[in-house]
Amino acid sequence: MLIKKREDTAGDEITDKSVYLNRRTFMRGAVLAASVTATGLVYRSFTSPGGSSGKKSEPETARQGAGGQAAVEEKLTALEDISNYNNFYEFSTDKGGVASKARKFVTRPWTVAIGGLVNKPREFDIDDLIKLAPPEERVYRLRCVEGWSMVIPWLGIPLGRILEKVEPNSKARYVRFETLLDPKQMPNQRTGLLAWPYVEGLRLDEALHPLTILATGLYGETLPPQNGAPVRLVVPWKYGFKSIKSIVKIDLVEDQPVSTWTTAAPNEYGFFSNVNPGVPHPRWSQARERRIGEFGLRDTLLFNGYGEQVAGLYSGMDLKANF
Amino acid sequence: MDDIRFAKFVILVNGLLPLVLMARDALGGNLGANPVEFIIHSTGILALVFLFLSLAVTPLRKVLLLPWLVKLRRMLGLFAFFYASVHLIAYSGFDKTFNIPAIVEDTFKRPFITLGMAGFLLLLPLAITSTNGMVKRLGGKRWRLLHRAAYVAAILGVLHFYLQVKADTRLPLLFGSVLGILLAYRILNRFLPQFTERAPARAGAPPR
Repeated sequence: MLIKKREDTAGDEITDKSVYLNRRTFMRGAVLAASVTATGLVYRSFTSPGGSSGKKSEPETARQGAGGQAAVEEKLTALEDISNYNNFYEFSTDKGGVASKARKFVTRPWTVAIGGLVNKPREFDIDDLIKLAPPEERVYRLRCVEGWSMVIPWLGIPLGRILEKVEPNSKARYVRFETLLDPKQMPNQRTGLLAWPYVEGLRLDEALHPLTILATGLYGETLPPQNGAPVRLVVPWKYGFKSIKSIVKIDLVEDQPVSTWTTAAPNEYGFFSNVNPGVPHPRWSQARERRIGEFGLRDTLLFNGYGEQVAGLYSGMDLKANF
Repeated sequence: MDDIRFAKFVILVNGLLPLVLMARDALGGNLGANPVEFIIHSTGILALVFLFLSLAVTPLRKVLLLPWLVKLRRMLGLFAFFYASVHLIAYSGFDKTFNIPAIVEDTFKRPFITLGMAGFLLLLPLAITSTNGMVKRLGGKRWRLLHRAAYVAAILGVLHFYLQVKADTRLPLLFGSVLGILLAYRILNRFLPQFTERAPARAGAPPR
């Protein structure tokens, strides 16, 4: 835009020009401010790092392991990270966005129906289930199939202690778990993202292994909804997605259950899904992992470091074929 | 400052803003539980967004009859290259500790890395030939032909994104749809220009 300056302009016209230029400057300022605001908002909406405040409590070092047999001598992951970085697709596929969407999740009343091939099928009220055995603190590594890991102090009961109450019969070979189906509370269950409700499974001997627990707490407190309240499975030597959350149904069955992730991508997520640095995910390596709270990478350990306790479950088995 | 220069200034400020916000969050420890993943993911998305914006310039200037928009395209494209570079450096450094053999192995072994790397390598000559001097040296026709590779880079970038996600493909599919529209416009423009080119209002035409 060309603004001609005439030498013979009268004084009042020069004032007009400065007013004009001021208005122009003002308009430009407004355009710049509006665009910066819009860009900032779009940036924030596209990329939410989640609710972690940055003011993290100093993580404690591990206190105790699984009755001394699987003590983890590594630094605990901060509670803020454990409770703000979640894969819980029922609420959100954005790990930083699960906590806020799960805040109002109703966990009482809650029943867990345990049945199938058992002598004494039973519907447990969650508060009765918790009292079946004294809660134990278990500090476990959790290795996600995505390549990150945490060290989490769970509070829970060995699954075996619960299964013995219902008396699995001789035909039972597998255990099938199911998450709550409630699209009103879990918005993504209205989408076809995965086959809902979420289903997972274990071989009976895996389910009865002393390391396998049903967790109801975290850091000595009640389990937050985003971490799978009121009750979730924790199988520390398997990738995180095997540790199904917010369980309402446990069935003893004869045939190997088909888990939700296996349905979604059979060539990527197998039934066993044992942590194994030597068996890559078809799209990425599993050799290393990023521990949440650290910048560098660690080597991933076979069976997530629990080989001494669980390798015997798989003796003679081809771990590559049975991924 | 004339209007074009002001418009470029607006693009410059807005293009740098995500970087500034990210740096501020990084210094305050506000990048979430997995800052590395956040940086890699966000810069990848930013690279695609700026690449798409640069590809939207031609359709927009024709549809909106704003020919001067073309003067903003270079900066948008360079921002796409800039964020793609940060994305690649973050991946190479944080995930691969700048271990070149490991990066090469990843590139040949993992299809989504192959696609991403190919997309970046395509952007490289475009960034190098973005100066006025290079446009002159290549000649407008050859330069335009070369810079159509931006579309190929965008396709590779979207596929790279799509193959990386675990199950929620909604965002990559959205990017794919936008790219589809941009490509459809160019194809339509080529074969049926009467639908895409609005005739500029003739001087003296009666006001509508």
